[in-house]
Amino acid sequence: MFASCADPSTLEGLNWLACYLTSGKHMAFYQSFLVVLALLAITAPAALLFGFGGAMAARSRIWPLRMVGRAYTAMVRGIPDIVFFLFVPVAMDQGFEWLRHKVKCPDWTDPVRQGSDFVVCPAAKLPLSTSPQWAHETYGFALAVLAFAVVFGAFAANVLYGAMRAVPRAQIETAEAYGMTPRQSFWRVLVPQMWIYALPGLSNLWMILIKATPLLFLLGVQDIVYWARELGGSKTSIFAYPHPDWRLYYFLGLLIFYLMLTRVSEAVLSRLTARLSHGQATLAGEAQRKAAQ
Amino acid sequence: MKKLILGTAALALSVGMALAQDVVRLGTEGAYPPYNFINDAGEVDGLERELGDELCKRAELTCTWVTNDWDSIIPNLVSGNYDSIIAGMSITPEREEVVAFTQPYTPPSMSSYAALSDDVDLEGGVISAQTGTIQANHVVDTGATLLEYPTSDECIAAVRNGEADAVLADKDVLVPVVNEGDMVFVGEDTPLGNGIGMAFRKSDPEMKDKFDAAIQSMKDDGTMNALIIKWMGEDSPRW
Repeated sequence: MFASCADPSTLEGLNWLACYLTSGKHMAFYQSFLVVLALLAITAPAALLFGFGGAMAARSRIWPLRMVGRAYTAMVRGIPDIVFFLFVPVAMDQGFEWLRHKVKCPDWTDPVRQGSDFVVCPAAKLPLSTSPQWAHETYGFALAVLAFAVVFGAFAANVLYGAMRAVPRAQIETAEAYGMTPRQSFWRVLVPQMWIYALPGLSNLWMILIKATPLLFLLGVQDIVYWARELGGSKTSIFAYPHPDWRLYYFLGLLIFYLMLTRVSEAVLSRLTARLSHGQATLAGEAQRKAAQ
Repeated sequence: MKKLILGTAALALSVGMALAQDVVRLGTEGAYPPYNFINDAGEVDGLERELGDELCKRAELTCTWVTNDWDSIIPNLVSGNYDSIIAGMSITPEREEVVAFTQPYTPPSMSSYAALSDDVDLEGGVISAQTGTIQANHVVDTGATLLEYPTSDECIAAVRNGEADAVLADKDVLVPVVNEGDMVFVGEDTPLGNGIGMAFRKSDPEMKDKFDAAIQSMKDDGTMNALIIKWMGEDSPRW
C-alpha cells in the first residue's frame, strides 16, 4: 500500500508491522468483516420470512400444507448443519442450472448426469463461465444466504409456531366474539401479540447465526475466520512477510469482534423486548402498565 | 427455410460454446506452499500458479483462478463450479473413479515425516496429516494413530503444540518448514502416489487433452523442470 513497503525484507519493527497490516491479503481480511455483516443483515430477515412461512404452514387447516410445514421444520432441524451446507447449495445450484438447461437448450441431447459429473449446456451455466469473478462470488454469496435462510428458517418456524400457540386463547376468543374472520384474527390479534413470546427464542437464533458464519467457507465464501486462519498460520520465507504461528492473536481479534457484536445485539434486543412488551398481557407488559400509572 | 433456421441455431450454439470456453476456471486450495498459496497481495501464487498460467498460454485459453476448501474441491469440480483442479493433487485410483487426470506434471514425489525430535515412534505414535490426502491413507496403513486437519499448516502446528508426534506430508511442503524452523525430518522418505496432475470432469475430455498436450510440451522443452527447481529446489525429483 505504502511506497516504502516495496521490499518488506528490509523493514523492521513498526514499519514492518504497518506494511504487514496493510498488505493486500489484510485488506481482503478487513473486507471480509463487511461480508459477514452483510450476510447477517440479509440472512436474518430472510430466515424470519422462511420461519414465518413455515409456522403458518404448520398451523394451516389444509392437511398437505400442514404436512409440508411440519416436514420442513422436522427435517432441517434434524440434519447436522454441516451436512446441510455441503448439500443444499450444490443441490440448489444444480437445480437452477437444470431448469435453465431445460428452457435454454431444448436441443441438447447429451445426458445431464454423466457418471458423477453434472453437465449442462454452456448457456445454462450459473453464472456463465464467461462472467467476471465478482459475479461468481455474488452468486456464491446468494447461495450461502439462501442455505442459511433455509436452515435458520426451520428453527425460526418452530419458535414462531410455539409463540403463536403461547398467545392466550382468550385473545382469539375475544376477536371471534367481535366477528373477525380467522384471517383477520390471525393478522390483527395473533401476530402482533406473538412477537414477545417469540423474542427469547429468536434472539437465541440470532446469536447462533452470528457464530455460524465460518460455515461460509464451505460454500466458497471467504469469511473472517478463513482469513484469520490463513493470515495467522506460520509463514515461511516464501511469503513476503514470514512469521511464526500467529493464529492466537488473529483469533483474539475475532473474539473481540464477536463479543462486541454480541454486546450490541443484546442492547438492541433488550430495547426491542421493552417495546414489544408494551400493552401486552404478559408480566413485563403488566409491570410497564403499573409503572405508567 | 427450415434448414436456414437449423443452420442459424447450430451456428448460434457453436458460437455460444466457443464463448463459454473462453474462460477456463482453475480451482486450487491456496494453502499448500510451495505448490499453491495465497501471497501477501491476496493472489494465488506458487508453482501451480505459474504452471497453470503457462499451460493456459500454450493452450491459448484465458484462465481465472478460484480457491476452494480442500474438503469440497472434487464435489465442486464435478458440479461445474470450476473447470479444473490444480492443487497438488496426487493421481490415485480412487480419485480416478470420479475425475479424469492429465498426465502428471511433477514426478511421484516423496512424502516425509517431520517432528520436533529424532526419537519419535512413527508406527505407534500419533501422526498428523491433511484430511483426504494420500498421506492420511498411508498413516492408517502403517498402524499409527491418525490425527486429521483440514490444512497442511494446521497439521504442522499440531506437532509444535504437542498434539501429534510427527506430521506426514509432501516432502516439498515440509522442506521450507524444516529449513527455517525447529523441526527435523525423521524416518525414511516414502514414495506415495503416482505424481501430481490436473483433474478435469470426465465429461470434459477435450479440455483435458489440451492441457495434457501443453504439459507434454513443457516437459519436452525443459520449462517444467525449471519450474520445479525454482519452487521446490534442486533436491526435488524432476523429469
